[in-house]
Amino acid sequence: MKVRAQFAFVFNLDKCIGCHTCSVTCKNVWTNRKGVEYAWFNNVESKPGIGYPKNWENQEQWNGGWVLKDGKLELKSGGRVNKLLNIFGNPDLPEIDDYYEPFTYNYARLQNAPLSEATPTARPISQITGESMEKIKWGPNWEDDLAGEFSKRSKDKNLENIQKEIYGQFEHTFHMYLPRICNHCLNAACVAACPSGSIYKREEDGIVLVDQDKCRGWRMCVSSCPYKKVFYNWESGKAEKCIGCYPRVESGMPTVCSESCVGRIRYNGIMLYDADRIEELASTTNEQDLYEAQRRIFLDPNDPEVIAAARAEGINEDWIEAARKSPIWKMAMDWKIAFPMHPEFRTLPMVWYVPPLSPVQSQIDQGNLPVGPDGAIPIAGTMRLPVQYLANLLTAGKTEPIESALNRLIAMRSYQRSVHVEGVADTRAIDAAGITEDQAKEMYRYLAIANYEDRFVIPTGHTEESLDDAYGFQGQNGFTFGNDSSAGISKITLFPRRRKETVEPKALAPSGD
Amino acid sequence: MNLHDFLYGVYPYIALSIFILGSILRFDREQYTWKSDSSQLLSKAGLRLGSNLFHVGIIAVFFGHAVGLLTPHHFFLSLGVSDMTHQMVAIWAGSIFGGLGLLGGAILWHRRMLNKRISVTSRGTDKFILSWLLVTLLLGLSTIPVSLGHAHEGNPGVMIALAEWAQSIVHLRPNPALLENVDTVFKVHLFFGMTVFLVFPFTRLVHVWSAPVGYLGRPYQVVRSKRHFN
Repeated sequence: MKVRAQFAFVFNLDKCIGCHTCSVTCKNVWTNRKGVEYAWFNNVESKPGIGYPKNWENQEQWNGGWVLKDGKLELKSGGRVNKLLNIFGNPDLPEIDDYYEPFTYNYARLQNAPLSEATPTARPISQITGESMEKIKWGPNWEDDLAGEFSKRSKDKNLENIQKEIYGQFEHTFHMYLPRICNHCLNAACVAACPSGSIYKREEDGIVLVDQDKCRGWRMCVSSCPYKKVFYNWESGKAEKCIGCYPRVESGMPTVCSESCVGRIRYNGIMLYDADRIEELASTTNEQDLYEAQRRIFLDPNDPEVIAAARAEGINEDWIEAARKSPIWKMAMDWKIAFPMHPEFRTLPMVWYVPPLSPVQSQIDQGNLPVGPDGAIPIAGTMRLPVQYLANLLTAGKTEPIESALNRLIAMRSYQRSVHVEGVADTRAIDAAGITEDQAKEMYRYLAIANYEDRFVIPTGHTEESLDDAYGFQGQNGFTFGNDSSAGISKITLFPRRRKETVEPKALAPSGD
Repeated sequence: MNLHDFLYGVYPYIALSIFILGSILRFDREQYTWKSDSSQLLSKAGLRLGSNLFHVGIIAVFFGHAVGLLTPHHFFLSLGVSDMTHQMVAIWAGSIFGGLGLLGGAILWHRRMLNKRISVTSRGTDKFILSWLLVTLLLGLSTIPVSLGHAHEGNPGVMIALAEWAQSIVHLRPNPALLENVDTVFKVHLFFGMTVFLVFPFTRLVHVWSAPVGYLGRPYQVVRSKRHFN
């Protein structure tokens, strides 16, 4: 047993309102720079839909993630020799138009246009060429709230083994939001695919980072990540990705996307896992068993053996304590209501999702929905969102765990309803769903109330144990684009000033014109 | 010192010094700029074909030059490679791989100059170095008719002179006089070739040093610790 700690997430899709605050705060903090205008470390997709970049879930097209070849785990895009043979041109790399051509608008025109009969317009301008764009044809959230024709949206890979025509009808349409960030996988395909060895997983918290100095821009990570969450900065020529907001996390703060989440859907916490079993469990033969396999990699932080092994690995007491209080453990392991996204990619992702229920009130009022024994709460399999769709997204198509999770979420509501509306605790639903009254109460506290201190249980990083030269980092930002603290623009010079430049605004933003 | 002696006796050392020192300095001080600088994300059209042809051609031509010019004459003879065999191999391999490189390079050049996205986002050095390499390649290919002429006459003298000159440079005993009777096209090609080394550390060419062969022997997962050296 080799115990490692992982900074992990759960996103409760039941409460996501698709407001994109996470995306915007993330963009403003991390990717508001030349070369990554098109890159959204955090994005929110409307499902069903093909997503961002287009069809990212379809690995027949993109060859991301891992596959079993003769029972052995191998990158779907091919092994090491294959990577080197394709190094002059990556056959699986998305083009910028698969994301979208980044644009801004000629806002100044609104202020400085000469007097005219017609209202002046702000035309779109490409952020790559700087030229005006005739028409914006695609964007990072083009399918927002089911925009566009069903025929296009229904290319969604998760609709594959579903009778999808029926969901094209207005009466049967369904919709959910899917916020996505880097999954900081335990068996990361981007790390494995990097020819220069510049992408790495941090031993202390499992956050996956790109060493900006060491990256040579071979782009294999971009195509090998099945979630398409590594981006190529076309200005710096380096790969960039979600950094798990590590400068914040090291200080005990949640990530920006989690902190700013309006719906309080995001949970940050620590999970202990057995690093010796990564390959074994990621090689599970049947794709539909991968969700259960990943649950087996986690180690119980209350088990004395695990605690002893964790101490032996140098994991600090406060981290073990945090693992005990981890909201991730509760949802993934205790209550079994959270699931990894697309476990069939075999990367063992560490952002887990609580599947959404569907808005049901008017359907129940009209008597269109069969209800449970309390006469008020619907039955999981009958709701608007097809269970098979959620299963295709979260359990490689296996419906039982999803149905069980939905039943538990519903049972918790039924129980709380009986307590608060009827004044008498009705445990029929929770008994049927296999949870206790205490669990139902705790689920209510974590899912419905979602207090800050319950959502975020983040131990601080132990800087005192780090070999980093703290003195050398003095006056820096903690997060840099190589060369210790350059401004992120890679001018070619043999004699740069070192450790002098800081990332601070050098000029005030222009006021209109 | 006349221009000839400077170009073929001193300039090679200026170029090589800047090539080596510049590469070391840039790697040490400015590794963030050390990259292949791919533009594939912005436009896929023609990139794979052009880039593969160009790289395969150039790499083969580079190693062809290195082996052909720097292997001692007596060593070739002791291997049973006669001068005329050497000359014909050089001509044919040079034509084929130089041709591949030129074709690929032309595709890449067309893309870099005329594709709006690529052209606008290119640095000056990107356009310069690609054009310079193409001219060098063209000059190299235009030595082939001259070499064929020499081969027909059964005269390997020029080839041997070029190799001996290259070896005189490497042995730090520069002998520019060896090139005095060599055809002008060779001399111009040499100047362009040496200049590639001179400008190398200031361009994207530095990625050549980082050919990731170590990947073949590396475990897939990379884990770094802040607490101890791995």
